[in-house]
Amino acid sequence: MVLDPMILDGAIALVKIGILLGVVFTTVAYLTFMERRVSALIQDRIGPNRVGPMGLLQPLADGIKFMWKEEFIPASADRKLFAIAPALILVPALLIFAVIPVGGEVTIPSFTLFGLQIQETTTTLQIIDLNVGILYVLGMTSVAVYGIALGGWSANNKFTLLGGIRSSAQMISYELSLGLSIVGILMLTGSLQMSQIVDAQDGFLDWFIFRQPLAFLIFVIAAFAENNRLPFDLVECEQELVGGFHTEYSSMRFSMFMIAEYASMIAASALMATLFFGGWHMPFEDQVGPGLVTLYQVAGFLLKTGFFLFVYIWVRWSLPRFRYDQLMAIGWKVLLPLALLNVVITGIWMLV
Amino acid sequence: MELYFFLFFAIVAVASSVAMILQRNPIYCVLLLIMVMISIAGLYLMLDAEFVAIIQIVVYAGAIMVLFLFVIMLLNLSREEGGTFRIQKPLAVVLAALLFLPLAAMVMSYAGGGTTTPVDGGEAGFGEVEQIGTLLFTKYLLPVEIAAVLLLIAIVGAVVLTRKGTVAVDG
Amino acid sequence: MAIIVEARKMTLTERLYLPAVIKGMLLTLAHLFKKKVTMQYPEVQKILPPGYRGAHRLNKDEQDRVKCVACEMCAVACPADCITIEGMETEWNDREKIPRTFQIDMLRCIFCGMCVEACPEDAIDMTDDIELVATSREEMIWDRERLLKNYDETRDQEGTLGQVLRKSREAFTRPRGDQLPDPGGPGGH
Repeated sequence: MVLDPMILDGAIALVKIGILLGVVFTTVAYLTFMERRVSALIQDRIGPNRVGPMGLLQPLADGIKFMWKEEFIPASADRKLFAIAPALILVPALLIFAVIPVGGEVTIPSFTLFGLQIQETTTTLQIIDLNVGILYVLGMTSVAVYGIALGGWSANNKFTLLGGIRSSAQMISYELSLGLSIVGILMLTGSLQMSQIVDAQDGFLDWFIFRQPLAFLIFVIAAFAENNRLPFDLVECEQELVGGFHTEYSSMRFSMFMIAEYASMIAASALMATLFFGGWHMPFEDQVGPGLVTLYQVAGFLLKTGFFLFVYIWVRWSLPRFRYDQLMAIGWKVLLPLALLNVVITGIWMLV
Repeated sequence: MELYFFLFFAIVAVASSVAMILQRNPIYCVLLLIMVMISIAGLYLMLDAEFVAIIQIVVYAGAIMVLFLFVIMLLNLSREEGGTFRIQKPLAVVLAALLFLPLAAMVMSYAGGGTTTPVDGGEAGFGEVEQIGTLLFTKYLLPVEIAAVLLLIAIVGAVVLTRKGTVAVDG
Repeated sequence: MAIIVEARKMTLTERLYLPAVIKGMLLTLAHLFKKKVTMQYPEVQKILPPGYRGAHRLNKDEQDRVKCVACEMCAVACPADCITIEGMETEWNDREKIPRTFQIDMLRCIFCGMCVEACPEDAIDMTDDIELVATSREEMIWDRERLLKNYDETRDQEGTLGQVLRKSREAFTRPRGDQLPDPGGPGGH
């Protein structure tokens, strides 16, 4: 029996989603571990190294601990919103991964599974190649504000409310620079589609980091602000706001906030790799054997993403937190004009 | 398949809008309105208008509704008191009925007559960014520019209003 | 009078902040590879200085008897009020009282060492045992036997708090004139 190609497409998409979610959640777990180890190393400490070999089972221990903690809801909280806020921040963070291309085309040879004849198919290592890929990413980041704002509001606590309000203002301000910094790339590529942006960078010197260095700088700074990571973590800001918007959260709901934060960090790192560092294109890929080239490209992509994740942690322990007025001044008075300038420069460069 | 998706988005949109009107808590109203926006974006997506769908989410759900939420959170509006506008309720019913009539007539005319011609989406690049951009910068250049100038005036006005204390404005 | 300090105008490179950011990040990167200061505790133990104020013990004399005379000086000196002593009479001819019970509530103790300083008989002492763990509160109230057992376990320790204090007392004090040993005549006090 031969499988209907439409069902096959659906099945392949489901498998891709499953693999991607598995990879993302595992990476989130190990990112918390990496964060703790790298933080420790930078501070001349060693970090968690007791659970399992080299402490590699630490995320598991953390997860088990989270699950057994008491789920606490403040008496004056808005219970419904309090319950859905973590999901509202986690879902957009995960949805971003749908348009990120992890690798090029792969061909699945035909095989038989439980008596079903499955014919040879070609698929890209990307869940959906939206025509408006980049805009979709920006849309998802803009929707992510609600989780933080509502999480802060629903707990009915002044610290969480302040954290939530700060985050809304911060994320709206930096979304502009984030979006405008990409415009240069869109002008050079002539497309919003992720696969075409990656294809425009197939040679090493075509990587957009060499053609759009200013845009990269703006993008990185704005992405740090969007993810509420140091030096822009005024949303959490332990010294002023206790824990910021998630002060009143505990147990699995709290861990959902953490998962969302790390997932959006991974998404931002993957975007930096995709937009500026050639995506899955690697130097010398034509010298790698035909069987291994996809593997080489995917590994290269993961390596680039991993490097930016390391940069996130590295910056966290290098730079102090900005003051709120400084944050707004940088966002509106420096990054936004620079992003516009970058658009103008790109335009002139394309014409000349 | 397409029908099920349409039904899903349509029901979510209608249910959320009705719930939004009946809801007394302003924060819930905002959230339900976002639900409406997102389900309408879903309907756009089914019409192959990806660009419009995403812009719907970015602009309405991502920017305008965040400002709504912001204002409501800052003003700390609690539940709306019932019965302040006594005349509003009957008036709303009448107006809604008046609006419903032409809509119903329109739908009925399609259902009965079969005069519908499905929109031809076969044209390559329909609803894509390139096409919209080309149209905006050729055919609709003047409206776009007018809208841009209007927005600029609004921005400048907002800046002037916020700096009222320090900048002397000649009356 | 307040002095108004003119803020120095920053140069262009300073105002860009990026050179400073890169400098700072290189510094933290260098720290990534530096020698770590962490001591891997259960495998590596810290060498504690002499006179460390760890777990208590009740010292024994040469005949392996408890030195304490139940004078309750330590209980009075204790700021945390964690020592409870009940004395009893004894037939030993060199003293009148010995403790029937001697309890230290190790959960209340603040390890200040004032009991050791107060003790006129060098009977209570502090060791460098810092691993004080128990699974119940009752276990953390140490009785006479527990404290004496601690002496047996730490008998060989050099430089307990009591020894250090005694040494410093010898160096800085001398007997008062009327207490000087009289070579002739019967002694007494």
